[in-house]
Amino acid sequence: MLIVRIEPREFDTTSTQGARAHLRVLGLAAVVPLLVSLLLGGLIFLSNGIPPLHGLHAFFIAPLSDRLGLTELLVKAAPLALIACGLLFVFRANVWNIGAEGQFILGAIGATGTALFLVPQDSPFCLPALFLGGVIAGAAWAGVVAWLRAHLRVNEILCSLMLVYVAQLLLHWLVQSPWRDPQGYNFPETALFESSLMLPILVERTRLHLGVLFVVPAVALTWLLLNRSLFGLAISVAGRAPRAARFAGFSQKRIIWMTLLVSGGFAGLAGAVEVVGLTGQLVPRISPGYGFTAIIVAFLGGLHPLGVVAAALLVALTYLGGEAAQVTTQLPYAAAGIFQGLLLFSVLAFGFFSRHRVRFTRAVQRPAGQVLQASANLPANPSANSSTNPRVDL
Amino acid sequence: MVYLLPTGLHLGLHLVLHASLRRCLRMGLAVRFLGVLVLVVGLCALGVAPAHGQEDSPLKVAFVYLGPIGDHGWSYGHEQGRLAVQKHFGAQVETHFVEKIPEGPESERVFARLIQDGYKLIFANGYGHTRSAIRAARLDPEVRLEVATGSETSPQVALYSARFYEGRYIAGVIAGHLSQSGTAGYIASLPVPEVVRGINAFLLGMRSVNPDARLRLAWVHAWYDPPREADAARVLIGRGADILTQHTDSTAALGVAAEQGVKAFGLASDMHHFAPEIHLSSIVNLWDSYYIERVSAYLDGTWQSGRAWRGFDGGMLEMSAYHNMPAEVAEAARRVEAQIRAGDLQIFAGPLIDQAGAQRIAAGAVLDDTALLSMDWFLDGVDGSLP
Repeated sequence: MLIVRIEPREFDTTSTQGARAHLRVLGLAAVVPLLVSLLLGGLIFLSNGIPPLHGLHAFFIAPLSDRLGLTELLVKAAPLALIACGLLFVFRANVWNIGAEGQFILGAIGATGTALFLVPQDSPFCLPALFLGGVIAGAAWAGVVAWLRAHLRVNEILCSLMLVYVAQLLLHWLVQSPWRDPQGYNFPETALFESSLMLPILVERTRLHLGVLFVVPAVALTWLLLNRSLFGLAISVAGRAPRAARFAGFSQKRIIWMTLLVSGGFAGLAGAVEVVGLTGQLVPRISPGYGFTAIIVAFLGGLHPLGVVAAALLVALTYLGGEAAQVTTQLPYAAAGIFQGLLLFSVLAFGFFSRHRVRFTRAVQRPAGQVLQASANLPANPSANSSTNPRVDL
Repeated sequence: MVYLLPTGLHLGLHLVLHASLRRCLRMGLAVRFLGVLVLVVGLCALGVAPAHGQEDSPLKVAFVYLGPIGDHGWSYGHEQGRLAVQKHFGAQVETHFVEKIPEGPESERVFARLIQDGYKLIFANGYGHTRSAIRAARLDPEVRLEVATGSETSPQVALYSARFYEGRYIAGVIAGHLSQSGTAGYIASLPVPEVVRGINAFLLGMRSVNPDARLRLAWVHAWYDPPREADAARVLIGRGADILTQHTDSTAALGVAAEQGVKAFGLASDMHHFAPEIHLSSIVNLWDSYYIERVSAYLDGTWQSGRAWRGFDGGMLEMSAYHNMPAEVAEAARRVEAQIRAGDLQIFAGPLIDQAGAQRIAAGAVLDDTALLSMDWFLDGVDGSLP
């Protein structure tokens, strides 16, 4: 019997040789998936009758080669980075908030509601009030999850996910009935905000708005809170060793509440920024799935605030690239989606192999403890906590 | 790109070679990947020249579709129009299409990208593309956009649509003849005047044959959403409708109707071969002549903004072959079609009574286009309300 064994790679980074080996593996983990996805992408283009180099140029370079592309990249990446920053708190604490999409939508609803009803138009506090409305609405939506999880022990994955659908239906109802633009021929959208309630545009004739800059303080704040505060320590300990956290006196309930509220607040802020900076009104398709994509972004960024920014840019590029490839090379919509998927898949897969090695061995009984240790070192995912054996019998 | 290139090479080399950035490398997959990507992209950029158009290049015409061209309905119909344009003008024009572009703010980027790529005339087929088109048009004073069924015009943005309600009326006449229960089902998309008008016209057609006919509505709140279209069809059949029609873009409702043996109409393109055993007729949109006319106008420099709204006589609409009905019903349908074409039959002629019992127009008068374009009320006999 052949056994496939997945073991963590360990490098002695104190020695020069170990450090070099580590760097080599990390470098490979960056180069190989790129080459693989470029190759696969080339094949996809070729099979659609598009010269591969022309196609790859349209996918990766054309979107970055002019003012429009660069600004759109930032506009697309900003909400992803904001939501993912919030998700770092929950994911590091091992609280699985899958419902950032719903919290984003509530943020958009909160900001729009504030704009439509609460704010006197000429006050200097207008804009901050809109963002506050978004943050509170997003945090409140996540607060429902926190309450269910902390006090009723309801699975947070399920209830956060299902609240997304509730949020979407609430949004549809609002734009179709009570908040519908009275002059809009019954089309489901709200009236456009006054221009005094919109964020200024940073670059003339583009959609780059001031809200994109919110990412900078958000990332800094996330980094500070996670790495330089007691709150961050409590989150890390609770995430990695819940029992140790209890012994250290960190309240599990408090951590669930705090991380979910922060996460919902960030997603709500992103939703508010989208409405106040970009659309200027509430529309049924306010989010093209930002909340779900941000989960990928958080993990692609290695659950690190700066990594999240890079990942958000990368994922935004794949979206713009898919769209640009459709526009310039007539790549079918579905083929662009396949390429996006392959790209992310190969990055994640080779990232895994840079941290783990695969060994093929004959069946030799080893002490059970060693195998279990290997499984405990797997990256944070639900199966890491179970005692399943990572061996695959062939 | 010129500015990006050296920075990209520099950053890429750093990330791969420089050991002091180890901490940065550990940070996350994405950082590493992005670094190498920038490096490779930079190198590629040196090798591949960007595909820019020359001075005497053909007129670039783009078509932006709400659904996929494979919907075999609305977007498919427009795609046939694009092919006709390409065939008619040959090397004079270069046409491209982009599919599955949702309504709303996201579409603005697509318009901006097309304008940046040198497209001068852009047709979009989503009602909700209008605002994005008007905003994007500011990027280039030479660009002209046209939105099918859209909501507002600007000097650079024109609207065009067919008088679909003429076809709806004929479908209603057929339904009035064929329905046993006197109740037809109507899958409605969004509550815009376009849809409301179609619903009222269908009921008027039915009532011209059977004065007690009724029309049930099911809203799907989307133009293109095959699973929900199919669900709505099931609901309507379950509630007693024995003829189905739709204001959505796919063939999903026909599939359900075929399953349950209920007769149904197609929309936008001839959908006969999707359900040959129950398909009655399709209201087919013909965009060829309009597109050719507008591209000619742009080439001649005579393009003007405005709102084109044409029916059977303007060549934007036709009924596909009549199937699955007695010859005399088909004959009646053809007669009505001829009357509408000749202008002898006014569909929205008074007296018209709405659901609340109020008279919307008196006997002897006809609703004008302004009233039709802002219609937001249902006739008595429609079982359903605006959501």
